[in-house]
Amino acid sequence: MILIFTEIADGAIKKSSLEAIYYGSKVAEMMGTTATALAIGSADAAELAKAGNYGATKVLHAADAKLANPNSMAYASVLAETVKNTGAKVVVAAKSSFADAVTARAAGALKAAVVGNVTELPNLSNGFQVKVSIFTGKAFADVNVNGDVKILAIKKNVVAPVESSDSASVESISPILADNLFAAKVTETIKATGTISLPEADLVVSGGRGMKGPEHWQPLLDLADALGAATACSKPVSDLDWRPHHEHVGQTGVKVSPNLYIACGISGAIQHLAGVNSSKVLVVINKDPEAPFFKAADYGIVGDVFEVLPKLTKAVLASK
Amino acid sequence: MKILVCISSVPDTTSKISFTDGDTKLNKAGVTYIIGPYDDYALARAVELKEQSGATITVLNVGGADAEPQIRKALAIGADDAIRVDVEPTDSFFVAEQIAAVAKEGNYDLILMGRETSDYNSGVVHGIVGEMLGIPSFSPVMQLDVNGNEASMTREIEGGKEKLTASLPLVLGCQEPIAEWKIPNMRGIMTARTKPLKVIPAAGAALTSTEKYSLPAPKGACKMIPAEEAEKLIELLKTEAKVL
Repeated sequence: MILIFTEIADGAIKKSSLEAIYYGSKVAEMMGTTATALAIGSADAAELAKAGNYGATKVLHAADAKLANPNSMAYASVLAETVKNTGAKVVVAAKSSFADAVTARAAGALKAAVVGNVTELPNLSNGFQVKVSIFTGKAFADVNVNGDVKILAIKKNVVAPVESSDSASVESISPILADNLFAAKVTETIKATGTISLPEADLVVSGGRGMKGPEHWQPLLDLADALGAATACSKPVSDLDWRPHHEHVGQTGVKVSPNLYIACGISGAIQHLAGVNSSKVLVVINKDPEAPFFKAADYGIVGDVFEVLPKLTKAVLASK
Repeated sequence: MKILVCISSVPDTTSKISFTDGDTKLNKAGVTYIIGPYDDYALARAVELKEQSGATITVLNVGGADAEPQIRKALAIGADDAIRVDVEPTDSFFVAEQIAAVAKEGNYDLILMGRETSDYNSGVVHGIVGEMLGIPSFSPVMQLDVNGNEASMTREIEGGKEKLTASLPLVLGCQEPIAEWKIPNMRGIMTARTKPLKVIPAAGAALTSTEKYSLPAPKGACKMIPAEEAEKLIELLKTEAKVL
């Protein structure tokens, strides 16, 4: 059986987790078995049954009130216990820093092989081999995964899910929750609300130092708004506190792989490219025609961002 | 306080990556190796904690002898002694196993490392170590203070951050802006030469192995759109690229 670690946010299965479920169901097909989603946290039965549309035949739901807020240690304990109880040999998760924290501890408990940034379905012709993205997207490695239990963290956009009308049965589970899993005390949570999650976003509009200052961000925000895109920024912008750190995309920030990444006033340092090079389509807007980012781009506009952005926003609104 | 800082030795982030031996090995020719950028933040914070309230810092690397310049650099920055587990760091679980074995032996209060290495970017070693030691692990930690037996931290979460407190011992995966990278001074470089560096053998076996490497397909030419006709981009994104 294939078990999918399924993340819930605000009562809904995260989009990246639906992709992971679909990926897991494809692996299950290849291995002649079934896919089960493990959902932790609060969500209603109708929402959980959605996992069936993406190929899971069953959802195991741990809804203990103690699990209402994401806690990597407690979630890992639930995941490890579920793997043991179900005899799952492959665990799939959508790559995120939270999922990493969860699968890591589960791997420690299960003595499982764990591989991150998986970019394709496995090759089962000779053992169990996966292609993973390494050096922050600069290269790939074909990795043989030999552990008895294998944990795969998949990158966004690895599979293009096709929804079906199949539904999944939902079963509640009551895992053991030891007190020491809750030893850390969260004293404050600061979270941007009403914005589109950057790692989950299909469309991203990102700004660099060429935006000249935080007070000049409005044209970029307007385009993002019109597109329904998440906003991001380069490292210098986050270092200067023009934008919050969680928007920082690059080697030492968030790595994104959206369908569309629009870079505004970003020169394209190699460390920034590392965070965006697995985007499907890259658009670069920069007044410097020599900006290195153009070499990595699919579409480029040499021009003043403050003139170009409003034109784009207008065109998007006009085409709706 | 006893701090263990785990560092990786990785190609400089500006390196051009290529492979040799029928794409089975990384081509190390002309590649400069550095302390993993995230590990460097962890080390910098450990040195600050040592300066503030006293601590001993042991730096640990799982890797071959070619990682020793990076280990010496960590000693020059402010670590007191070093341990190298003499094996190639090919697999997250295997590396974590080595770290956990050293950590058990040394009874450290804090085990710090980067949120991920910049080669495989898996970001799981700290969590596996925490589980193996039966102590809490947190990542990515962007702020850390220690007061007696209590650590207060800020951790990045999706779309924001979270402040939390926990009792030592802890394993933490670190990222900016936890501290500023430190550059060794001349005195540090001189003393680093004589600081103890213990080399020990590895135990256990890797659960994964890389069979072959490859590079991404080269990008096609960038299609340029004149700024005065910027709106055409939206049309192209719809009809040609089909992403809108």
